[in-house]
Amino acid sequence: MEQEKVVDKVAEHIEETRRREVILSSLRQTVLNDLDSTIQTDQFLLNMGPQHPSTHGVLRVLLDLDGERIKRSIPDLGYLHRGTEKIAEYRTYNQIIPMTDRLDYVSAMANNYAFVRAVEKLLEIKIPERAEYIRTIVAEVQRIVNHLFWLGTQALDIGAMSVFFYTFREREELLDLFEIICGARLTSNYYRVGGVDADLPKEFINRLYKFLDAFEGNIKEYNILLETNRIWLARTKNIAVITGEDAVNFGMSGPSLRGSGVDYDLRKYEPYGVYDQIDWNVPVGINGDVYDRYWIRIEEMRESSKIIRQCLDKLPPGRILTEDHKITFPDKGKVMHNMETLIHHFLLVVQGFKVPPGDTYCGTETPKGELGFYIVSDGSGKPYRMKIRAPSFIHIGALDHMAKGYMVADIVTIFGTLDIVMGECDR
Amino acid sequence: MHPVAEAISREWPEVFLGSREALGDLTIYLKPDGALPVFHSLHEDVRYAYDYIVDVVSVDYPKESERFEVVVILYSLSRKHRIMVKQRVSELSPVVDSVVGIWKGAEFMEREVYDMMGIQFRGHPDLRRILMPDDYDEGYPLRKDFPLIGKGWRDDMSFVPKMQRISKDNRKIAAKD
Repeated sequence: MEQEKVVDKVAEHIEETRRREVILSSLRQTVLNDLDSTIQTDQFLLNMGPQHPSTHGVLRVLLDLDGERIKRSIPDLGYLHRGTEKIAEYRTYNQIIPMTDRLDYVSAMANNYAFVRAVEKLLEIKIPERAEYIRTIVAEVQRIVNHLFWLGTQALDIGAMSVFFYTFREREELLDLFEIICGARLTSNYYRVGGVDADLPKEFINRLYKFLDAFEGNIKEYNILLETNRIWLARTKNIAVITGEDAVNFGMSGPSLRGSGVDYDLRKYEPYGVYDQIDWNVPVGINGDVYDRYWIRIEEMRESSKIIRQCLDKLPPGRILTEDHKITFPDKGKVMHNMETLIHHFLLVVQGFKVPPGDTYCGTETPKGELGFYIVSDGSGKPYRMKIRAPSFIHIGALDHMAKGYMVADIVTIFGTLDIVMGECDR
Repeated sequence: MHPVAEAISREWPEVFLGSREALGDLTIYLKPDGALPVFHSLHEDVRYAYDYIVDVVSVDYPKESERFEVVVILYSLSRKHRIMVKQRVSELSPVVDSVVGIWKGAEFMEREVYDMMGIQFRGHPDLRRILMPDDYDEGYPLRKDFPLIGKGWRDDMSFVPKMQRISKDNRKIAAKD
């Protein structure tokens, strides 16, 4: 009862703040207009990065300023360029899976999934049902992990430090769960072409259920911490506005696009995994500002926990890897006792499985947006050409458009709202 | 033939070279000269309505006479359909039309293709290197004749023996300590 009263009070307070916000913003606009016509400003070029705590990696931006307003921002990329696409041409498909972990190192599972799906599309193989469920569960857990990380650091960048500690508390629990299933917290290497590496243990399922039970309350906690913070609200509302039309034209995807009112989500548009057998919604924003994109991510965490719960309830028994041993490794027990199986295993490791010649593009909805792999195969065990369509790279393309006309202090907010990870951007 | 490919072949017979359907995706082949109006029509015509640019990719086939293949991947949000538009260019004149005027997102994608494969885009507003340094003149890294180990100052690794010589002496000193 007590708690409900508090929540009601907070809701009232939020409503009140919103009302004041409208009046204040109109006042602010008139003051700003007066200022613009009276204050003398100088133009200058400011270098930001590549070593800067709020660029989330090594992004360098040249800011062309008029006083404190941004006239133009020129991103300079490539400080984390490792040539993943070039190296991939010399590696077998199984060797590339751990390389995809290092792209978007905040959500490695999602990268694994995107790559593995592209190879499976070329191979035209079917995945066992249990494996599909496990993949969906793990991908959605990864989405929550990514959004928690984003929420904490974005608020931290703006100056609202406290929420960071709360989101990282939950993230820690989920990373522990990842450790149970694949032995690593960040560079997971869990998905395989044809299924997944290991089955979900009982402990994983029980702890995940427990986490989901508490998670709704946790999200409310973050909401209260941020939505009652007037400074945070003032720095997110009506900042970095982009219309839906522009966002589509720039090729943006994920929450950054959906914040502008476009419901493009590959999980609904081209369903994969078991997303079409489960009841969930795509949250869509209205204004296309930083606040809307924040709201989308919060709602996505709620939807993700809904998806995970339904998947866990439905989880069918069965295999977790396809039985087609032209692609997957033979069972370890047989390898140790059977000569032919040992040779088979050896060949799969050394030469890799053969992929029929052809080319394909396959996009997957990762937490940051549409991560796509374009793979050209010449029939050998290695890709002839692999192109990664990284959402962060494409979002930085829209940075100049989004930052134009805002204050220099807002650039940090804009980096944050695009959810950029340089490992994926520079590849 | 796919209805979209058929409509394009009827409307632009001099540019259209062929089409292919594989793995659920439609691919059309265009001549690089005069492809720009086709892209305009793909974007604006309500029958196609490819309003979303997915990616611009380049592939290198060094043994063939028209060495480079530029693939523009487009998606239609309203029709939920994906199309791959392929153009072939030779090594001597690796030039295709830029689509930045139609899809603004193509600016970075085309810069990356130029950076990695050395293909020029006619009409691009700012065609510079993007991932490699601006003054990098050892070639284009994703071409098949570019070695995996790298080119230029990395080629002979002249700095490696020098470092070893120094470190051997250091090791002796360290051993005494």
